[in-house]
Amino acid sequence: MTRFFRKLTASLALFCMLGLTGMPLVALAQDKPAADAPAAAKADDKKAAPAAAKEEKKEEAKAPATPPPTPNKGDVAWMLTSTALVLLMSVPALALFYGGLVRSKNMLSVLMQVFVTFSLITVLWCIYGYSLTFTEGSGATSSFIGGFDRLFLAGTFDPLKGEFSMAATFSKNTPLYELVYVAFQATFAAITCCLILGSIVERVKFSAVLIFMVIWFTFSYLPVAHMVWFWPGPDAYTAASVVDAQNAKAGLLWQWGALDFAGGTVVHINAGVAGLVGAYVVGKRIGYGREAMSPHNLTMTMIGASLLWFGWFGFNAGSALEANGSAALAFMNTYLATACAVLSWMFGEWLFKGKPSMLGAASGAVAGLVAITPAAGNVGISGAFVIGLAAGIVCLWGCNGLKKMLGADDALDVFGVHALGGILGALLTGVFNSPSLGGPGFPNNWFEMKPGYESIMGQLIIQAKAVGVVFIWTAVVAFIAYKIADLAVGLRPSEEVEREGLDINEHGESAYHG
Amino acid sequence: MKLVTAIIKPFKLDEVREALSAIGVTGITVTEVKGFGRQKGHTELYRGAEYVVDFLPKVKVEAAIKSEMLEQVIEAIEKSANTGKIGDGKVFVFDLEQVIRIRTGETGAEAL
Repeated sequence: MTRFFRKLTASLALFCMLGLTGMPLVALAQDKPAADAPAAAKADDKKAAPAAAKEEKKEEAKAPATPPPTPNKGDVAWMLTSTALVLLMSVPALALFYGGLVRSKNMLSVLMQVFVTFSLITVLWCIYGYSLTFTEGSGATSSFIGGFDRLFLAGTFDPLKGEFSMAATFSKNTPLYELVYVAFQATFAAITCCLILGSIVERVKFSAVLIFMVIWFTFSYLPVAHMVWFWPGPDAYTAASVVDAQNAKAGLLWQWGALDFAGGTVVHINAGVAGLVGAYVVGKRIGYGREAMSPHNLTMTMIGASLLWFGWFGFNAGSALEANGSAALAFMNTYLATACAVLSWMFGEWLFKGKPSMLGAASGAVAGLVAITPAAGNVGISGAFVIGLAAGIVCLWGCNGLKKMLGADDALDVFGVHALGGILGALLTGVFNSPSLGGPGFPNNWFEMKPGYESIMGQLIIQAKAVGVVFIWTAVVAFIAYKIADLAVGLRPSEEVEREGLDINEHGESAYHG
Repeated sequence: MKLVTAIIKPFKLDEVREALSAIGVTGITVTEVKGFGRQKGHTELYRGAEYVVDFLPKVKVEAAIKSEMLEQVIEAIEKSANTGKIGDGKVFVFDLEQVIRIRTGETGAEAL
């Protein structure tokens, strides 16, 4: 009884804290953009221009003659669709993919961990996550983390005027409703956190998972996403003289010129390394290496992998933020690289292990999807062939040779598939972005649209540096987050609970009857 | 009366049932079981993890019969369940003390 009250008061306190700190700021933030607008032209480019959306307001004030651009309905429709597709990747796709791979006594615990992590991160995203990622920060930390202007999504919709704020895309005068961008990016943050679970399933307390997720999301996902993806948007580059000032507002890795189309660093390396750290800190499952821990339902795993493939079109092609050629390229590359990786993993397994397995084919699909993620709209078709074929072989090694070397019980191979596939994809993006290898290159000066791609070696080094930063950042944050969760509630359930299964003991239900 | 218990390969079940019906056995009980004998298990490979599966799936067939049918029953099972390979299974024979049909209360051979 006392335990129940302790839990209840703790959760109430948490909600009150969030509510109290959040609400006044919402009111403040909501007033701010309106008040700022007339002064915006004066403040100009020197500082304090938080969101990309605001940049557009400024332009409006400067040149009232041209009406502000409105979102293209095709873009909006595609992005809403993409957002729903990415949601599908977590629930049910990832949940089923992971769930099928564990023993039947832990099936529901995996489904629950994914389902609830997804919901938890979505809520946190709308409270402070989006704001800290996709608004401009202040002072020395601005290239690492954003600000609080969009707390509780303040300022995205003005009900009195019926006006929606705009987010930037990758084309000039082509805005997108910021709320669509918020939702799209929410699904990315949420699935990234869910991915980590694969390393620590079957032996971790549900409460510890929730505590870990809050900390890791806040201190690893948000800054990494800001560093890689935040920039003022193309419309901010109004003159050659402001290019440097605008570039300086972007995230650190963006400024370096690191390419990550849909989340090789932000999503897969970020999550994969956090997973591996978890496998070390949480420890091995009881009986690991001695008892059989065969997947209980590979049919579900196949359904999950297939739905991931389907949803990934929203993830990658949606990351073009428009329904355009870049989306088409990303779509085709995602489709092709995945098929290549299915074949290369399957043949690799057939050759080295004797039999072509269903799990191998499904794992190959996920490896290919992961590796093509940073590359999707950044490479040509030849890049997709190479990245896909390489991903199947490299990740197969990641789940065999490398896994033995690491010696951790990374239960569902989150490191071997996601981190390794992400690193491979991130590096090869640097290679195949080259126009000489059929890639589209990228602009580095968004005023004159000068090409930014200099040399294969040069871009490869930039990509490697970005990989290194994310790798170390997430490893440190994850380690601390697990330790805090351990101190707070303990990471592992008792031995009896683990042996009997988490479903019955942690959730009071069982997946299968009879 | 005798109780004949046969452990056979699962895919031989239909043939065994037909053979027993053909010689006049009026009822059998079938259970899915696992076990090991001389037939070795197999290995399963899930990504990097290799597991040896020792217990193989078999089907257990039980038939209660009149003693005079025993030879025929054994022969029927032997013929129908035979593949000539290791793992075809075994037949166990027990003396059966009493049989009661629950509906009518008949006992002994009449209840078979």
